[in-house]
Amino acid sequence: MSAFWSAWVIVLTLGVIFGCLWLLLATRKGEPHKGLTEETVGHSFDGIEELDNPMPKWWLQMFIATVIFGLFYLLLYPGLGNFKGLLGWTSQGQWEEEMAYAEQHYAPVFQRFAQLSVEELKQPENAEGLRIGQRLFANNCSVCHGVGGVGAHGFPNLTNNDWLWGGSEDAIKHALHSGRMGAMPGWADVLGEDGIRDMTHYVLALSNREHDADSAERAQPQFASLCAACHMPDGTGMYALGAPNLTNDIWLYGGSFEAIAHSLRHGRFGVMPAFSGLLSDDQIHLVTAYVMSLNTN
Amino acid sequence: MIKHETIEKNAGLMAVLIIIVISAGGLAEIVPLFFKDSTTQPIDGMRTYTALELEGRDIYIREGCHVCHTQQIRPFRAETERYGHFSTANEHVWEHPFLWGSKRTGPDLARVGGRYSDDWQRAHLYNPRDVVPTSIMPAYPWLFDNVLTGDLTARKMEVLRTLGVPYTDEQIANAQSDVRGRTEVDALVAYLQALGRTHTNYDVR
Repeated sequence: MSAFWSAWVIVLTLGVIFGCLWLLLATRKGEPHKGLTEETVGHSFDGIEELDNPMPKWWLQMFIATVIFGLFYLLLYPGLGNFKGLLGWTSQGQWEEEMAYAEQHYAPVFQRFAQLSVEELKQPENAEGLRIGQRLFANNCSVCHGVGGVGAHGFPNLTNNDWLWGGSEDAIKHALHSGRMGAMPGWADVLGEDGIRDMTHYVLALSNREHDADSAERAQPQFASLCAACHMPDGTGMYALGAPNLTNDIWLYGGSFEAIAHSLRHGRFGVMPAFSGLLSDDQIHLVTAYVMSLNTN
Repeated sequence: MIKHETIEKNAGLMAVLIIIVISAGGLAEIVPLFFKDSTTQPIDGMRTYTALELEGRDIYIREGCHVCHTQQIRPFRAETERYGHFSTANEHVWEHPFLWGSKRTGPDLARVGGRYSDDWQRAHLYNPRDVVPTSIMPAYPWLFDNVLTGDLTARKMEVLRTLGVPYTDEQIANAQSDVRGRTEVDALVAYLQALGRTHTNYDVR
């Protein structure tokens, strides 16, 4: 703040405080009666009259006390322009202290768990680590993956041992760090409506469900040339590209005929945001352990 | 000597004195901020909202999102752990009007951009209960049907330019074509994904 605006603030602030004090004392001095009196101020409302007494002393003292409080406050805390206050308090400084306090108290806890492997973290004696992971998951992940990791339409279930990008510790940590970006293109232009119908039957056939065998057979060559590159020739999917396994009964976007046809027509672009800016490495380690603990054989 | 009685019995004089005392507060607390760099200069490298994001912002205002969501992260650890770096005034110099809000029924959104996927935002706006079963946020299904014409987008950008937002002639010329035909939900999601991501100064934690 420039010297001018600093002076501006100081003059106004102190001006108001001392102005109020002056007003208080001046009106006190001008009171017609110095002590208790039987005289009234001269008006009457429904027979109720007001005695022309001065303001009670305790009340006056309370006003003066607020003035003194204000002056002490301005002495201790920033308020008078560029004067920082004797305590040197700032909101940012208070935040930095909070952060430093937390770092000092919680960093050792995270460090202790960071040295344990995921397998060790699953042991009962390290239950606290998994509980921290669970809370971090609840705060950051459950919004999409659901409480307890059961997922939602379009957001993977993390408890069923079925993985789009792999269920290894490294794969999960990579997903948390950098996010994931699924990219299945839409095939409406390439396959046409008939082709989409045939391919839908083919996909239904992959998971051994009711389908039209002729339709599925017609789609077979196109599956081999268009889909197998990601979903593999047998439809079991590929972790490297996040291509789902099509041969089981787990469906991220629904497994009905209509849902599969919709995916084929328009494509699917599931995105998991990166959490490296939000969670520390040690926190990601605990979230990974918690997610892996959700998948028991 | 001024008498208590004089002030009490002259409503006009009393009003004048009250105005003087109250305006002193505004003059001391608000006016200097109009002349400080930290409150009037944009943070380093900040970009303006695109035409689509700007339309999304207007939908955000129309639907009253700011009534339940703040865009102001306070400098407390409890907030910065959850939402990211605390908000600073120089991030908001191009906000007309600002959308800090004053009540959090839902979470703060100052840095919600990139936090969830576009798909999640759309699913959540269509019906919040589909992704967060205990949510009390209203559903906004009409955003998926309403299509933007972009008729006023360029005008809005011109007005914002007179208020100091540095929109380029090119941005204004392309505004309508950038927006026309997109749904309202496209615009709102674009805006939400831009929140906190128009500069990168606070990205490192």
